[in-house]
Amino acid sequence: MKPHLTPQQLEAFGNEMDALRQRVLADLGKDDAAYIREVVRRQQQLEVLGRALFYLPPAWPLAVAALSASKILENMEIGHNVMHGQYDWMGDPHLSSRVYEWDNVCPSEQWKYSHNYIHHTFTNILGKDRDIGYGILRMDEDQEWHPYYLGNPVYALLLMVFFEWGVAMHDLEVENIVKGTRRLEENKALHAGIMRKVRRQALKDYVLFPALTGPLFPLTLAGNAAANLVRNVWAFNIIFCGHFPAGAETFSTEECEDETRGHWYYRQVLGSANISGGPLFHVMSGNLSHQIEHHLFPDLPARRYPQIAPEVREICERYGIAYTTGPLRRQLMSVARKICRLALPDRATAPPDEPVAVRRPQAA
Amino acid sequence: MALVSMITRSRTMAALASPHGVDHYLSRINPMWAAHEVRARVVGVRRETDTPGAPVATLTLQPTTTWRGHRAGQYVQVGLDLPGSARRMTRCFSISSPASGPGEQITLTIRSHADGQVSKYLVEAEPGQVLHLSQAQGDFTLPVSPATPGIDPLLFITGGSGITPAMSMVRTLLRDGYDGRAGRPVTFLHYARSAADQIYADELARIAAADNNVTVHLRHGDAVFNELELRRLAPRYRDTDTWACGPAGMIDLVRAAYAESPRLRLELFKPPATGTGSAKGDLVFSGSGEQVANTGASILEQAEEAGLAPAFGCRMGICFSCTTRKAEGIVRNVLSGAESSLPDEDIQICVSAPVGDCVVDL
Repeated sequence: MKPHLTPQQLEAFGNEMDALRQRVLADLGKDDAAYIREVVRRQQQLEVLGRALFYLPPAWPLAVAALSASKILENMEIGHNVMHGQYDWMGDPHLSSRVYEWDNVCPSEQWKYSHNYIHHTFTNILGKDRDIGYGILRMDEDQEWHPYYLGNPVYALLLMVFFEWGVAMHDLEVENIVKGTRRLEENKALHAGIMRKVRRQALKDYVLFPALTGPLFPLTLAGNAAANLVRNVWAFNIIFCGHFPAGAETFSTEECEDETRGHWYYRQVLGSANISGGPLFHVMSGNLSHQIEHHLFPDLPARRYPQIAPEVREICERYGIAYTTGPLRRQLMSVARKICRLALPDRATAPPDEPVAVRRPQAA
Repeated sequence: MALVSMITRSRTMAALASPHGVDHYLSRINPMWAAHEVRARVVGVRRETDTPGAPVATLTLQPTTTWRGHRAGQYVQVGLDLPGSARRMTRCFSISSPASGPGEQITLTIRSHADGQVSKYLVEAEPGQVLHLSQAQGDFTLPVSPATPGIDPLLFITGGSGITPAMSMVRTLLRDGYDGRAGRPVTFLHYARSAADQIYADELARIAAADNNVTVHLRHGDAVFNELELRRLAPRYRDTDTWACGPAGMIDLVRAAYAESPRLRLELFKPPATGTGSAKGDLVFSGSGEQVANTGASILEQAEEAGLAPAFGCRMGICFSCTTRKAEGIVRNVLSGAESSLPDEDIQICVSAPVGDCVVDL
């Protein structure tokens, strides 16, 4: 797909984005610091509440709810964003991307490589961005069909349930080992890091905290597993709605060669999709409901995304760049349909994109 | 106490408190509780000089029990949360008190600089203020234990607030039983702007007067270090274990006087000048779009000259506060001389000078 903008237009677009970014950077300060510290405080309260409620067996569902919310907040609004370096400017080691180790079986070091570097640099470039289908799913027509993909919906379901494990194994590039383009030895160093992290996470959620509740060990263990499951399902859905609903586009390596900054911005907008919703929803999604803004400016504090979204959208509309957004329900349906549709080989006479699929600039 | 610290430092506790860490929870209860990190409470502030524009004060700090102590001559990184600012600033200061044991009090003697936000604030600090500390660092130290002094003479050459690490060493020697019978002459040569600007004037006078084999030479005003004077005070100075600490100009003179003598140990306030031998090409600050002709100075200095304000800490390559992504080009570490040409690598811009064209994300 060739950009429909001229190089001059792309450059002007990039300049506008740069200017916006500079403006936010210049404005970073107390409010951003107070915000993230408040989120951390709330998350810790939820975690303490959840862990404590496991001592009251009738409150088990409440405990799971509190712990799930805590884990979601920690992974999405704290961990993911801190590891992006959104708060490095504060100089606080606790919130530093170099230091923070999140509550997830994927080691931060490996996450930062595959996510911050690979995914955010090569967003939606087929063959480069391994987040397209995570090496397991067929998420784009340009991925060649193979009978293996008949299981697309099943794989997606499994990936959703075991999402943190999928993320942890992401760097191992198992699909490339199967294909023979990666050697098993290249994974040696990664294995040790993953196993260390897995042991620590398992020790915490499946041994220590259950043991602390004495005879309630099995209940607490089940509760912790349930909270991890809830977080997995939530994170999977938010993330899949960020890049795969109808409207989000993919790119080929060729069209991104010698890419200008303007084109990179352009690709980030087209490769991402927002989810509309209320303030609480945005926080619980780590503001990844503003996936477009996040991909334009991955290192700006996420609380800024909703603030700059109207301006980003206005700029995009001015350049005729589709700004995909919609409510969670619709985006989820769109992703689910795509997962099922792409399980089958492409029909010879491909109908125009699905009817709901909207590259309506004005949607929602 | 030992049990408590064993528990709080255990891996079990670390697992339970992850992802935020035991220290995060402990500091919520009491800022002076810590399992790994070091923090310190200011328990005393004493004005040393009232030099206009650059007053000096000595802060007495009570560190958390996690403080492992320090060897005389070491420095510490101080992290300060300025009121009203969300950015924690980190700077390095030499410890001026004698060698400390675990958890023991230390002092920092700090000169306020007109453009130094941290030093300005600390000189005016109120008791009760809590600071973030690193463990003691640096190898600008006495090589022998004061309890087993050798018989070799010692020589200290200091300028301005460079007196602090040497003072820590002399205080350590005197505290630990060093006296006139040790048979190990100590020569202390110090340069200060003026008599009024002399730090530790009373204590130095007492040391000079006591029977301890320590000779103190104070030079005030326009006097600059010169080899002739040193030769007169310490004829065999090149064969004498020497510790020199002071501003870059003084250090250059001392270095020249000692030629290649391995007896000279240096502590600098600023990184060494990098010359202009390889200063060609352009230095591009990709974040701000600025571009300057490479002067061969450190990237941090060149960025500041271009009007940018990159984050920095110690400015001597030790604290990593200024770490910045270099997109392309070769940089030379001005401390080690090592060149690195990897694309997209994190470099410490305070001690990295471009060799030819270079693009950094500033």
